[in-house]
Amino acid sequence: MDRLKKILAPTVEVLVFIGAVTKALPELFHRRGRRWREFFYYFDLCGCQSLLIVLLLCYLMGVVLGIQGAIQMSKVGTEIFLVDLIGFSVLKELGPLMVAIIATGRAGSAFAAEIGTMKVNEELSALTTLGISQEGYLVLPKLCAMILAMPLLSVCGDAAGILGGMSVGVTVSGIPAAAYWTRTIDVLDAGSMLVGLSKSLVYAVLITLAGCYCGFSGSGDAQGVGRSATKAVVMSIFLVVISDAVMTVLFSFAGW
Amino acid sequence: MAKENVIKVQDLTIGYGERVVLENLNFSISAGEIVCIMGGSGCGKSTLLKHLIGLYEPMKGDVFIRNRSIVTASEEEKKAIMRSFGVTYQGGALFGSMTVAENVELPLREYTDLPPDERMEVVRKKLELVGLADFGDFMPSELSGGMRKRAGLARALALDPDLLFFDEPSAGLDPLSSADLDRLILNLRDTIGATVVVITHELDSIFAIGDRGLMLDKARRTIVADGSPEYLLKNCDDPWVRDFLNRGGLSHNRCC
Repeated sequence: MDRLKKILAPTVEVLVFIGAVTKALPELFHRRGRRWREFFYYFDLCGCQSLLIVLLLCYLMGVVLGIQGAIQMSKVGTEIFLVDLIGFSVLKELGPLMVAIIATGRAGSAFAAEIGTMKVNEELSALTTLGISQEGYLVLPKLCAMILAMPLLSVCGDAAGILGGMSVGVTVSGIPAAAYWTRTIDVLDAGSMLVGLSKSLVYAVLITLAGCYCGFSGSGDAQGVGRSATKAVVMSIFLVVISDAVMTVLFSFAGW
Repeated sequence: MAKENVIKVQDLTIGYGERVVLENLNFSISAGEIVCIMGGSGCGKSTLLKHLIGLYEPMKGDVFIRNRSIVTASEEEKKAIMRSFGVTYQGGALFGSMTVAENVELPLREYTDLPPDERMEVVRKKLELVGLADFGDFMPSELSGGMRKRAGLARALALDPDLLFFDEPSAGLDPLSSADLDRLILNLRDTIGATVVVITHELDSIFAIGDRGLMLDKARRTIVADGSPEYLLKNCDDPWVRDFLNRGGLSHNRCC
């Protein structure tokens, strides 16, 4: 029985944390619960400050995908389908995934380290004795910022990825830029965009919750902060990949 | 007329997991008293404080703050009880992302409807009270240890509580800063009639401010002496308590 309790303890802890965050959600509808200052701080951290790296990495990802695709398609003379490959892969999969991985490294670990350090400095205890909900004060602004920032970053990342693929299509496969652009517009639909955006919303929630949970659950010392940050990154990437697989299967069954 | 019991501790047993740190504690603290909870390192002073302020749940027993149990209170009741007292933590526990003034303003923003200029006026007064009138715009990282503690005290005083808890207020401070803080504590009791609970093992502070000392012993896991520090030094039956208060016989000016 004790062993079972020990095994189940982390699961129970996670569920309790999710419950506490859910319970704090109504705070968003109270004037005092809307913490704009914190929201804009995290939006800047997770969104604005990540934009350049997202653009660069997604562009390069488009280039790499383009080169690999171009090599294979040139063998069967179907270079024009490179546009489809790049467009769908980037919009539905790789754009949101790349943004999620960058957000995990930047925001997820930062959330865990920040909350872990607050724990070491007794700031969490101070919040509690001031009667302020830790989840409401620390998790909700991050969650809202990530929910807004991640889809926006995904759109930017998608554009950069398509541009990367287009660079290869034009220079390596010899597809005229105008033809590449026209085909991109023709084949990509709003549904593909929505699939990608839905995924990025789910990733935003998972990365934020994993980062914050690891921060709260870490031991209250310097090593604990480091371990929390590492755990947050590993947990976030794991959750992102698992959820991606699940959502891809579900969306494909739904015909999206 | 007998003074009101502000804190009443009843059959309290505390610890971590299965490990009992202190057991069967029974004491009460009257209004306007300055009580020093003292004892050697690792005897459970800070753990006891965390139970008194409701951060931890006891293994057994109860803590009443103005006749309201902080142990069995609902979450909302507990928050209300917590708002009725102020806590100053060992390192100040200031929120690192806010200026000193914003830290002090936080409880006012959360729990009052004061307009911003009136809030800032209260903040100015509180900072003046703790001698930090010119440091409102500083970040916590720019302050010395003593200043951080005083800023933490200003935040604890923001809602004008008449019950204050101090966790090791003199720890790490030079003798003059420590004496300043002691003067401030006495001033608070004398001016607003605050009841003060101080966790400390600094003998100078204990004799300077303590109306009453509760001595904890790690080996016996309980309170082994209760009385005014001067009385305990001269008349306590327990030689260990006399030794503690006399620094093992090395103290010249307090030696009986």
